[in-house]
Amino acid sequence: MKKLLLGNAAVARGAFEAGVNVVASYPGTPSTEITEEIVKFNEVYAEWSPNEKVAAEVAIGASIAGGRAMSCMKHVGLNVMADPVFTVSYTGVNGGLVFCVADDPGMHSSQNEQDSRHYAKASKIMMLEPSDSSECKEFTKAAFELSEAFDTPVFVRLSTRVSHSQSLVELNDRVEIPLKEYEKNPAKYVMMPANAVKRHVDVEKRIADLTNFAETSEFNTVENNGSKIGVISAGIAYMYAKEALGDSVDYLKLGMVYPLPEKKIVDFAKNYDVVYVIEELDPIIESHCKALGITNIKGKDEFTLLGEYTPAMIKKAVLDENAPESIALGEAIPMRPPVMCAGCPHRGTFYVLKKLGLVVSGDIGCYTLGAVAPLQSVDTTICMGASVSAAHGMAKARGAEFNKKLVSVIGDSTFMHSGITGLVDIVYNKGNNTVIILDNSITGMTGHQQNPTTGYTIRGEETKQVNLIALCKSIGIDNVVVCDPFDIKAFEKVVKEEVNREEPSVIIAQRPCALLKTVKYTGHCKINDNCRNCKMCMKLGCPAITIKNDKVVIDNTQCNGCGLCLNVCPFGAIEKEEA
Amino acid sequence: MTKKIMIVGVGGQGTLLASRILGNTVIGQGYDVKVSEVHGMSQRGGSVVTYVKYGEKVYSPIIDKGEADIILAFEMLEAYRALPYLKKGGKIIINNQQIDPMPVITGAAQYPENIDKKISGNADAIIVDALSLARQAGNTKAVNVVLIGVMAKNSEIEYEKWIETIKTTVPEKFLEVNLKAFDLGYNS
Repeated sequence: MKKLLLGNAAVARGAFEAGVNVVASYPGTPSTEITEEIVKFNEVYAEWSPNEKVAAEVAIGASIAGGRAMSCMKHVGLNVMADPVFTVSYTGVNGGLVFCVADDPGMHSSQNEQDSRHYAKASKIMMLEPSDSSECKEFTKAAFELSEAFDTPVFVRLSTRVSHSQSLVELNDRVEIPLKEYEKNPAKYVMMPANAVKRHVDVEKRIADLTNFAETSEFNTVENNGSKIGVISAGIAYMYAKEALGDSVDYLKLGMVYPLPEKKIVDFAKNYDVVYVIEELDPIIESHCKALGITNIKGKDEFTLLGEYTPAMIKKAVLDENAPESIALGEAIPMRPPVMCAGCPHRGTFYVLKKLGLVVSGDIGCYTLGAVAPLQSVDTTICMGASVSAAHGMAKARGAEFNKKLVSVIGDSTFMHSGITGLVDIVYNKGNNTVIILDNSITGMTGHQQNPTTGYTIRGEETKQVNLIALCKSIGIDNVVVCDPFDIKAFEKVVKEEVNREEPSVIIAQRPCALLKTVKYTGHCKINDNCRNCKMCMKLGCPAITIKNDKVVIDNTQCNGCGLCLNVCPFGAIEKEEA
Repeated sequence: MTKKIMIVGVGGQGTLLASRILGNTVIGQGYDVKVSEVHGMSQRGGSVVTYVKYGEKVYSPIIDKGEADIILAFEMLEAYRALPYLKKGGKIIINNQQIDPMPVITGAAQYPENIDKKISGNADAIIVDALSLARQAGNTKAVNVVLIGVMAKNSEIEYEKWIETIKTTVPEKFLEVNLKAFDLGYNS
């Protein structure tokens, strides 16, 4: 039976069919749906772990114990889990172990555009790269087999367009794989120097074996159309090339992007006047070709290092054919950047922080949007958790007066991910920072995943809820204040008090995400005759409040009746209209 | 020949459901299909673009400028933004709703005037008041299914096939409103 599946859903299906036992992940666009789809299969244990490092270690443990295991993450999540990854390359596996990493060329939802293939090479772990949903399923299934056959973890690399495109997939049944025997084997699993030295020898042998495998593997296929032009490509870029160039060129499609074959590439390249290497982001395949001494290569001299490719771009570069005519009316079209939703709890927080003119050390989540107009309060966004530790560094560099104008903002899930350690650092090293935990009761940006602070597991089962107040107090934060960011006056008072305090403090800004089903705002807000057009409410940057004919109006189709604007209007000119 | 359809709108308008209804309807016709979706940050009120392509064999999931047979636009500014993607002789279906983007709200930019007229003057355009029709169906959120109805009327796929997909794609408790919304779009 064929079904239309998202690339991510197809990866989940592949893992399911391969008999995966344990899947542990931390959400991150564009990888999130893999683990969400896994949950639909009751045969598989799945969890949201607090961060990618923990998730990877859970999967590693499951593999050593003899189960088939997988961990899925976005590209920057791979940075977080890099530590165990580099060493599990040495230990190898017991049950099949797959790391599925989704890159985000074009940065649809990311803070950088790193190319995960570097990690495969650096950690000496084999990497497969599917180019559509059908391959997502097949490659993931094969990854488990290869992992056990070559005693190695295996990466499956995706990119946004593969993860988030639906295409047809043939479904098969799950094969139940019995757990592998668990035997104590310190020479393989205790990576202290004497053992690791020996394992490194095995790693190098394995890479040599895998390179041989790459020469003949069906993952790497040649498509001969009798052309004078050759194309070497992989992943989604192969699909773009195929769309753009059709049968007018010959292809070497690489489904296995590390280790790359040598003889196969040399033999392919020598048949052509010119060989185009078409790969998004970094010149990994191209550099490999050049290292093999191939000279008739065109790669990044024709194609950009930046963002996503398109078939039109490839057609122009290879065939010098222009894109079809298009309608261009020449008028400037305003951008539509993402915004915080109507009813977003973060809006109250940033309204106050902006009003107080504070320096805001920001983090990763919906609240990164606190950086854009009109709220524009976020000063920095680096990575998960950096809001807390970077603010500590800022305060140490610039001193006490600067610190009175400085806060960190971090979501509940991000705080659990890697904010805690920064807070411990502040306490331990006599910092005096104010950290605001934006507790909206869910992991928001990635589409509502549970986390340790919500009290529910990935399957929606009730579980112990991490108590943020008790947690902060236990590490030595004596001042923990809980406040509703929609109570603008109270929230402003709390922030002023805490930044001026000569001790570190945590403010928990507590109000659930407006998109949660449990949040039931009703009716709409409406401007009444008291309006003096002062435009104070416009400072909220609410998508529902806009100006028509120089008068403030509230768009009923956008307003969800959260009522925050009532709290900022100085003239009582906004009222609730019940539905 | 591959048919290329682009669905554009504002994050939160339900373009994803529309693309899934479309995708699942065309596989019923025996085509190869690719649907490229948007998840993540853009879903928070930003411009969203999804592509649906079907035919004998589809490679790339994305659509380039000058290629789209049909553009289904959930909002006027997004229709205007997507217009260069329409192929010569293609059709653009536009919901005449205006949702101000933040740069317009903050006064940093102007919402262009008479977008519907400008597009109609340069392309084969169908302008629909999908918001009123959705309201008439009983829920303003059904704008997406009203527009699918308009598109269905302009497609070669039979009415019943669309209804079948809606029944399997839309949650039970919203089914009645959505079927009504589809019909209002189909008969508009």
